[in-house]
Amino acid sequence: MFVTYLSVAVFLGMMGYTCHYAVTHRQEMINNSYNGRQELFIAQNTRGKIYASGGQVLAETQTDEKGKETRVYPYENLFAHAVGYASKGRFGIEAQSNYYLINSNARLSDKVEDEIAGEKYPGDNVFSTLDVGVQEVAYQSLGIYKGAVIVTEPRTGRVIAMVSKPDFDPNQIDEIWDELLADKESSVLLNRATQGLYPPGSTFKIITALEYIRENPDTYGQYSYQCSGRFTHGEDVINCYHGTVHGSVDFTKSFAKSCNSSFANIGLQLDRTRFGDTLDSLLFNGKLPVSFAYNQSSLVIDRNTSDSDVMQAAIGQGTIQITPLHMNMITCAVANGGILMKPYLVDCVKNAEGTVVKQFEPATGGRLMSEEEAQILNGLMQEVVRSGTGTKLSGLTYTAAGKTGSAEYNNVKEDSHAWFTGFAPAEDPELCVTVIIEGAGSGGDYAVPIARRIFDEYFGV
Amino acid sequence: MELYITELSKYVITLFIALYTLECFLVFRHQEEERRNGCYIRQNLWMFLVHFSCFLVICFETGKPEYLLFYALQQILLFATIMLFRMIYPRGNRLIVNNMCMLLSIGFVVLSRLSFEKAIKQFFIVTISIITGMLIPYFIRKLKFLKGLTWVYAAVGTAALGVVLILGATTYGSKLSYSIAGLTFQPSEFVKIIFVFFLAGALCESHSFLQIALTAAAAGLHVLILVASKDLGSALIFFVVYVLMVFIATGNWLYLFLGVGGGCGAAALAYRFFSHVQIRVQAWRDPFSCIDGAGYQITQSLFAISSGGWFGMGLFRGTPDAIPFVEADFIFSAVAEELGIVFSMCMILICVSCFIMFMNISMRLQDRFYQLIAFGLGVIYLFQVFLTIGGGTKFIPMTGVTLPLVSYGGSSVLTTLVMFFIIEGLYIIRQEEGARRDKKKKRKRRAKYREEQTAEEEE
Repeated sequence: MFVTYLSVAVFLGMMGYTCHYAVTHRQEMINNSYNGRQELFIAQNTRGKIYASGGQVLAETQTDEKGKETRVYPYENLFAHAVGYASKGRFGIEAQSNYYLINSNARLSDKVEDEIAGEKYPGDNVFSTLDVGVQEVAYQSLGIYKGAVIVTEPRTGRVIAMVSKPDFDPNQIDEIWDELLADKESSVLLNRATQGLYPPGSTFKIITALEYIRENPDTYGQYSYQCSGRFTHGEDVINCYHGTVHGSVDFTKSFAKSCNSSFANIGLQLDRTRFGDTLDSLLFNGKLPVSFAYNQSSLVIDRNTSDSDVMQAAIGQGTIQITPLHMNMITCAVANGGILMKPYLVDCVKNAEGTVVKQFEPATGGRLMSEEEAQILNGLMQEVVRSGTGTKLSGLTYTAAGKTGSAEYNNVKEDSHAWFTGFAPAEDPELCVTVIIEGAGSGGDYAVPIARRIFDEYFGV
Repeated sequence: MELYITELSKYVITLFIALYTLECFLVFRHQEEERRNGCYIRQNLWMFLVHFSCFLVICFETGKPEYLLFYALQQILLFATIMLFRMIYPRGNRLIVNNMCMLLSIGFVVLSRLSFEKAIKQFFIVTISIITGMLIPYFIRKLKFLKGLTWVYAAVGTAALGVVLILGATTYGSKLSYSIAGLTFQPSEFVKIIFVFFLAGALCESHSFLQIALTAAAAGLHVLILVASKDLGSALIFFVVYVLMVFIATGNWLYLFLGVGGGCGAAALAYRFFSHVQIRVQAWRDPFSCIDGAGYQITQSLFAISSGGWFGMGLFRGTPDAIPFVEADFIFSAVAEELGIVFSMCMILICVSCFIMFMNISMRLQDRFYQLIAFGLGVIYLFQVFLTIGGGTKFIPMTGVTLPLVSYGGSSVLTTLVMFFIIEGLYIIRQEEGARRDKKKKRKRRAKYREEQTAEEEE
């Protein structure tokens, strides 16, 4: 009897396992390039369309009389990285939603009609969260610069715009492919918004400030420092941007004016083990809860980190590498009372008749900081716009909050990436914008105006 | 039109097999074989409908009339098997025969879809095996001397395995089969049965430590030869059946623990010393990391299983042929892809139902020898099902054994049919024992009654 029961139990376990595995891994399996069944779907169904949130077509497959299919991207370069391409491998939404695009949930009667007409079944259509208007403004504002813009809704995680430059025309991908691959220097195919790794510069002070508040919850308001334009510790020297002397600064002013000397001083006072834990909880050196391609940000601080490295890290220089996506996610968590909503690009999938096949709901990616901490950071970021380095966003119909950064990326002093990451309206944030412009100069002068144009477009000013 | 048929048939086929499977377990509500008749007749109906709908789809999809003819032949074979068995052995167990036919018909459907040629070959082998198999229950009852041949079985078994090993060594290094007239035979399949007879014979004689040690030595020899011929799947089956039979025969938990411990030790050793074991384990833990090499088969199998969904892609709508050796080692994945997860789960349950019936029969047999045979064959059957399905679904590492009765393979299907018919023979023995006992009881009761009456009269 024992043997019988044991065997039956093992079999039930195996059956449960198999069902679970087959159902939960279906998408992942179909998308695997070793799985020939993809070809089966592609031969059977016409690849579905990709739409913007406003209903504009971002990608569609056109079939000529001879039955030859061409993937057409009406907005050409505009959505190059976000929507991606479906030839020469797949990228962007084309890759992420490939499973839906090649499947067809068309009505059976329609399928029969297609069968009689000798046509393929229509694939399911993917409705993205991208907004054409905001995307256009972001795209045009970057101009000829290399860089990236990512715009999200902090309350839901919807990605409203995602731009990376330099770009390409996905309609021509087959012709320009070899050329793009050969050009190692500008890495055109890289989606800088999610895969580009940059030193965060002063935008990282959001994180340094968070750690300081965490360690000194009652006394951070009493902090003060006398800035002489430079901070010397042993042999290490930290300079304020362009050697500006900020004079006597408190915590808020240090942040608003982005005083490097003061933050280097703060950095040295931090507990390195706890700082390292905070970085981990903010998803450094780890996976981000997103379903599209990205790179991991990296910065390790622990007991063994030297004074010199901590000073550099506190002002966002040194070995830190972060993606604009990750910076945007941290900003969103500040805007959303500490809770991170998972960023997502696809709102829903509908079949050819418009019936929803799959709806993606906003989902939380966890709490990154307490509500109180988020509130304090929000205040600090408002001060940046009111009186600090982000004044180009002040005096508008909406209140913005944010942090600028000018990240030096080589030894020549004047070369820096211009950063801005922030949100508006500050009291009840609806939109979160992160901008990086490679080699442009200061964040306050170059990145903030772009953010402003995006806010203006979104709020209809 | 065609599309309507394939789409609709998916659900219909699933429904029929689900109903069939349900009956498989409803049967166990009744203790008396006579009262199970209703279940059996309904089972035959569902089986016919599953088989028919599958072939209807196949004919529509291919548009080839030869499939129709082939279907007719299969139908005749299955029908004849069920009817003739009932006529020849009215006391036989019909659940086993029904399940056997159901599994065979699933095999025919899937093989026809994969390769018409192989399906024909399989049909040929099955026909011969059934004809031969029909005689087995008769001989099992008559040949009383089978019990005394204990050490002869051991000798024949090791010899047969040894010959393969030697032949294999002189040819390719890992040869497990002989080819005769286009049909391949794998001796380790047949030796399984002989091995069970050997163990049953040895263990029903005595439980002394010496006897256990002697059988252990003989069983170990079998296993070692198989390991040497790199047939680890069979080696594992032999080992497990040995441990479980010793446990059942002696009722001693110590032997079970010793066996399990020894098995784990042997597995660890095999992992250390055999590179092909390491490769298999690696391919099981993370098949996607070696998708180009050792993980190729298993990942293709997983692709197949996960692409079908609950109701499958429909026959001829998937690409199960992408899996290497799909018709033998990975037939389960082909079933799951085209006929659906629900269908494949029903298939597993049908196998489990067979096993439960085997165990049932084993428990109720009076004769220790027969009891152990029924148990051993049941274990071999179910363990093989477990190895092949578990291997194909990444539940356990892959061992490369076939799914009995469904997979393509001459020796596999012949051996399994022989096993099923042996158990039928044992069942019939039990039924006759039972009948005789009933008669005896009645006679005794009558005698007792008469005694009492005479006693009363005397008073």
